[in-house]
Amino acid sequence: MTNDEIRTFIDNAIQENRVMLFMKGTPQQPACGFSMRASGALNALGVKYAALDVLPDPRIRQELSGLSGWPTIPQLFVDGELVGGSDIVMEMFESGELANLVGVEQPELEQSAEPEPEQPVQQRPIGLENRLA
Amino acid sequence: MPSAEELRERIEQALPGAQVIVQDTTGGGDHFRAEVVSDRFEGLTRIQQHKLIYDVFGDEVGGAIHALSIRTQAPSPAGDGR
Repeated sequence: MTNDEIRTFIDNAIQENRVMLFMKGTPQQPACGFSMRASGALNALGVKYAALDVLPDPRIRQELSGLSGWPTIPQLFVDGELVGGSDIVMEMFESGELANLVGVEQPELEQSAEPEPEQPVQQRPIGLENRLA
Repeated sequence: MPSAEELRERIEQALPGAQVIVQDTTGGGDHFRAEVVSDRFEGLTRIQQHKLIYDVFGDEVGGAIHALSIRTQAPSPAGDGR
């Protein structure tokens, strides 16, 4: 897979998935605390989202950051627009802005936004790993 | 290896007049948390505010600086739409 193809793939993923999270690891097995917080916030909202693990190929991250101008992972896109990294996602989650943005009700928050393993994650398989194999 | 002090000075140089607090969150010199209040943030979105901070460090974020957690605020509460 060429860098251009990776970039096109990322671009399509952003355009085709209303809520698109690029992260280290997966929502089920986040590989970094920041990615865990971002996917945990989306899980807590119960919103349907797609997630792509950037770790299988370093070029995914390079092309993503080139495209978004954002240097770190995770990166959340909603309606094709960069919302932010984990700090912004958590701020917006706590204030209710994120629920507003994705169009769901803010859940009653008794506890923090740590991911709940039982929560089903609606993840559309993207299969970038397969294509790179 | 960058220090919290060095990060703070560089943010202050880039954003004169800003109030900057930087913590080394693990003590290892690679995970930092920055809280910045600057009038440069007025009228900017959070994304734009955070990018101003990331831009100070360029490629070092993700390199020598493994993680940089950022909280930004304009001096007046209206700056961020909150």
